[in-house]
Amino acid sequence: MKLHFRSYLLIAFTLFLLNSCGSKQASEQTATSAIAGEIKIDGSSTVYPITEAVAEEFRTEQPNVKVTVGISGTGGGFKKFGRGEIDINDASRPIKEKEDSVCAANNIKHIQLKVAFDGLVVVVNKENSFIDHFTVEELKKIWEPGAQGKITKWNQIRSSWPNEEFHLYGPGTASGTYDYFTEAIVGKSGSSRSDYTASEDDNVLVQGITGDKNGIGFFGLAYYEENKDKLKLVGVDNGKGSVMPSIETVKNGTYAPLARPVFIYVSDAAVKKSGVSEFIAFYLNNATTLVPEVGYIPLNNEEYQNELAKFKSFTTPQ
Amino acid sequence: MNKIQRNRLVDSGFKYVGIFCTFFGIVMLLIFIGNILADGLSRIDWDFLTNLPSRRAAKAGILTAWTGTAWILGLTAIISIPLGVAAGIYLQEYGKKNRLAYIIELNIANLAGVPSIIYGLLGLEIFVRVLHFGGSLLAGAFTLALLILPIIIVATREALKAVPNSLREASYGMGATKWQTIWDQILPAASGGILTGIILALSRAVGETAPLIVIGALAYVPFVPTTPMDEFTVLPIQIFNWVSRPQADFLVNGAAAIIILLILTFIMNGVAVYLRNKWQKKISW
Repeated sequence: MKLHFRSYLLIAFTLFLLNSCGSKQASEQTATSAIAGEIKIDGSSTVYPITEAVAEEFRTEQPNVKVTVGISGTGGGFKKFGRGEIDINDASRPIKEKEDSVCAANNIKHIQLKVAFDGLVVVVNKENSFIDHFTVEELKKIWEPGAQGKITKWNQIRSSWPNEEFHLYGPGTASGTYDYFTEAIVGKSGSSRSDYTASEDDNVLVQGITGDKNGIGFFGLAYYEENKDKLKLVGVDNGKGSVMPSIETVKNGTYAPLARPVFIYVSDAAVKKSGVSEFIAFYLNNATTLVPEVGYIPLNNEEYQNELAKFKSFTTPQ
Repeated sequence: MNKIQRNRLVDSGFKYVGIFCTFFGIVMLLIFIGNILADGLSRIDWDFLTNLPSRRAAKAGILTAWTGTAWILGLTAIISIPLGVAAGIYLQEYGKKNRLAYIIELNIANLAGVPSIIYGLLGLEIFVRVLHFGGSLLAGAFTLALLILPIIIVATREALKAVPNSLREASYGMGATKWQTIWDQILPAASGGILTGIILALSRAVGETAPLIVIGALAYVPFVPTTPMDEFTVLPIQIFNWVSRPQADFLVNGAAAIIILLILTFIMNGVAVYLRNKWQKKISW
């Protein structure tokens, strides 16, 4: 048989027509099959590894609940959350007022659950021998918007440091990590100088600082843990002496202000869906073992039980 | 040095510049492919192709990613080919050469250069929200179809333009109608060029990440999609997710997934070359 190009076109066109008819039936099916258990999660790519780990383990317990996780970013996730398009949002920062008012306007009540800690580390090149800590004021002096083009040399930060230019590396402005760092250091979320090398991919930052003798950068603790041999960790002094980031100092709150909690947000409509309450309970009960496995710092056991109690009172109608 | 000598020098000089340019691209590509193969080849096995995503890099697989990519590819082809080829035929063979046609032509050429994320935003509003497709395969396929439509239309027109006019005149001379001429003579003659355009366009669609993330394609999908309304993930998103993870083992997974994606596009291009040669041979003027 000769399959001509023209016959192929005809087949394609027929399939196109069939496809456009078929889609309507399919959409009705999915609308009714929600009872079987479907949980839609989206949001921060920082929180993603934790939620992925929980979803993976949850599958062995509840194989019929289909959990999906996206990585639209904290802000992108909250947009969908505010429209009621997703059940749970992974968030690397608390919800903003603007996002909250969108939820309120669409009659979406929600609860914030703390699921882990993430430490932000400040690092320099391995060969840098003169630095062991920054004070918070020094970090502010380096990163605030007014520093752009003015603060460019080490000795402008501390006079004992060399008269050489430094180069800055940091996450892009769309990331929750950037929001948190600017909030904690500069004092206003999203406000910093813009003449630095920005990348949404922290591995790129690691590579940049590894190859730049005068590099300074910040990113999540997990990325430092995986690249310990290539980078030099710098302590942060918030007025009470220099503190190195570690699981201990993040957990007990002494590594401040660069340790942050990360959250999941659950909507009231979601908790009415079958499987969601079970998923959240599973999340908080297993976080102690799953969170460190993917490179984050867990809360204490009692704190997880507190969060669980908060969630239970949210699900029972007053 | 007289003029002739100088011209000869320029002549042979250009040859070496040309050789350098040719090999520059090839060498870069080889270095890249070699690098990726060294990183990822050992990771590829049957389990990698059949496992679900996992937090443990060694257990993680790309089953849902490559099936998602296959679905997206099929649906995008079904949607974009008839629309694109038909539009191309209309514009080239039927459309009048007036101001409106000129404006349409200009816009199609411009659309081919619009960044893909813009199509993502368009798809999010139209397909995901207004038409209520949700973050489904169908929404993704329609978005990517829009993205590659201009490429298919332009390729179709170029292929039709390349068919000699004598062929049309001969067909009319035999009493054939316009449609008979297009269907029986011109389309078969232009099929090679059209097909090449289609495959190149689909190859671009296969590699897109940004518009799919915008419309809500996911990173963790523990089931193989079974209908066009299912949620999905695709290979480029899985790669994006893995290469941005801190653990070195995930970077290896990313390299392995890149190899699979490369194989997929190589197969597609191979099929295109094969089909083009097959159809081209049948035509003898």
